Amino acid sequence: MNRWLPFEEPLRELEEQIVELERYTAAKGMNRSREIAALRTRQEELTREIFSRLSPWDNVQLARHPERPYALDYVSAVLADFVEIHGDRRFGDDPAVIAGMGLLEERPVVVVGHQKGRDLKERQARNFGSARPEGYRKALRAMKLGEKLGYPVISFVDTPAADSRPESEERGICESIGRNLAEMSTLRTPVLVVIIGEGGSGGAIALALGDWIMMLEHSVYSVIPPESCAVILSAFDRDASRGPEAAAALRLSARQTQELGVVDEVLDEPLGGAHRNPDAMASIIKETLIERLDGLCQLDTEELLQRRYEKFRRIGSFGT
Amino acid sequence: MPSKAKKASARKTAKAPLRERVMKGVPDDLWVKCTGCSTMLYSKELEQSLKVCQKCGYHLRLSAEERIRLLVDEGSFQERDTDLTTQDPLSFPSYKKDIARYRKQTGCADSMVWGEATIGERAIILGVSEFGFMGGSMGSVMGEKVVRAAEEAAIKRQPLVLVCSGGGARMHEGIISLMQMARTTAAMARLADAKVPYIAIFADPMLAGIAASFAFIADIIIAEPGAIVGFAGPRVVEQAYRIKLPPGSMTAEFHLAHGMVDMVLARREIRPMLVRLMNILR
Ligand SMILES: [Zn+2]
Repeated sequence: MNRWLPFEEPLRELEEQIVELERYTAAKGMNRSREIAALRTRQEELTREIFSRLSPWDNVQLARHPERPYALDYVSAVLADFVEIHGDRRFGDDPAVIAGMGLLEERPVVVVGHQKGRDLKERQARNFGSARPEGYRKALRAMKLGEKLGYPVISFVDTPAADSRPESEERGICESIGRNLAEMSTLRTPVLVVIIGEGGSGGAIALALGDWIMMLEHSVYSVIPPESCAVILSAFDRDASRGPEAAAALRLSARQTQELGVVDEVLDEPLGGAHRNPDAMASIIKETLIERLDGLCQLDTEELLQRRYEKFRRIGSFGT
Repeated sequence: MPSKAKKASARKTAKAPLRERVMKGVPDDLWVKCTGCSTMLYSKELEQSLKVCQKCGYHLRLSAEERIRLLVDEGSFQERDTDLTTQDPLSFPSYKKDIARYRKQTGCADSMVWGEATIGERAIILGVSEFGFMGGSMGSVMGEKVVRAAEEAAIKRQPLVLVCSGGGARMHEGIISLMQMARTTAAMARLADAKVPYIAIFADPMLAGIAASFAFIADIIIAEPGAIVGFAGPRVVEQAYRIKLPPGSMTAEFHLAHGMVDMVLARREIRPMLVRLMNILR
């Protein structure tokens, strides 16, 4: 049912024991429910313990977990209705990006996001969540629609990186990312960003410039995948297997990016990660979105834009 | 694979003695090897050709100082924020040491120089990246200088000219570097709102976080011949997708052919073009 990550090994062993005991007692017609309940309690304690001291690398694995909820999972759980739109009206439609409008309770909103696929076929069709220029341009088209109609924009970020195949270069992958950043920085409607899984460098930030930036507890946000960083830098002996060290050095976990002043709010995940209880995660996201939008919608547009500019204007570390 | 690696290393060792022979007893900077055709070029002549190989036309990389001399009216450049330096926000392994080393090598405090200048007697704001400093990568300092240059251009209502090159966002500042993409581009959006023109010149290499932020949204883009430009360099793309790219992929000419840049100009044609543009863009 659940795929276990390496750091969850003690939990997997305990699970096996519990399942085995359940099977055995059922077959023998014995009642060991109290014993089993005790083991379940122990398992929960152990989960709490393990998840209270996750390394940045553990979070990288959780952020990439194949069962982690993706943008459309949250869209369908959070919004009362959602109509997806397709295509950038320039070249084509990119399945690695979703865009559309829907209702957050009573409020019309525009939603954009990266979308990964669940099974192998869908994963390939969605290019593993790596967006092409037409994906970013579709998202921009939706966001401009939000601006025109006065609807807030919600962006779900979850991508390993932007697509860098020659076809994407031909159609201006760099221009499409830069254009989104420029347009999002001046979009005359509130923009909320939720990093729900992998915040992979330029591909991520192309949908992540907004008024309030949130990260799910076990998602990551990084300038480069830690494995690639380890391969490039002599500080890690150019050794991909030292990715965990690079992950720590990059400070890419949600709490760390919040400490660095890059992210405004970290949303706690259900015990064991969002994939263990997607509904609970979705309701946390929904409540938070409503609350933050209530606040942002009170600002007049000029103040909103000034704050958005200054929010990013501040991020840097320099002196003389 | 192993035979390929062997060949490559054999090539290296075969070349070393020649290079040593050529270099023996001559000052380090008398001869420069062309990156394009491997010819040893006499550096005095190379200066006169603006570091363009006379044999193959390859545009060798320029330092920020050389670039500025080439573009602006003589003596008109007034540098700003010369000593701005990074504070190493992540305490990243070996970063402080690297910074000190590059500082010594280049005489620059980081990978970007900006200031005021005139081109054809027209006052402009100029920013030039320094490739020699950590591959021209963008950390807090480049980000801040690009933002300040754009803000100054908006206030003074003077055209902004940026010479863009570099390998992308600087890993050593992690997520802080990634955020420089957002803030520099936001500054360009404001400059656009102020209706001030922004001209970018792409020099080899111009990649990743720099390309996918403030560079490619310039009003007018001039690229140098043969410059590698793109989200990822050709070698990285070939490895990542296990494909073979045709020659000329991700070059200035490739982007011209696909409508992503306005013109590809030889190095000595860039200043005259800027003078013409300044005369039109009043
Ligand atoms: Zn040559």
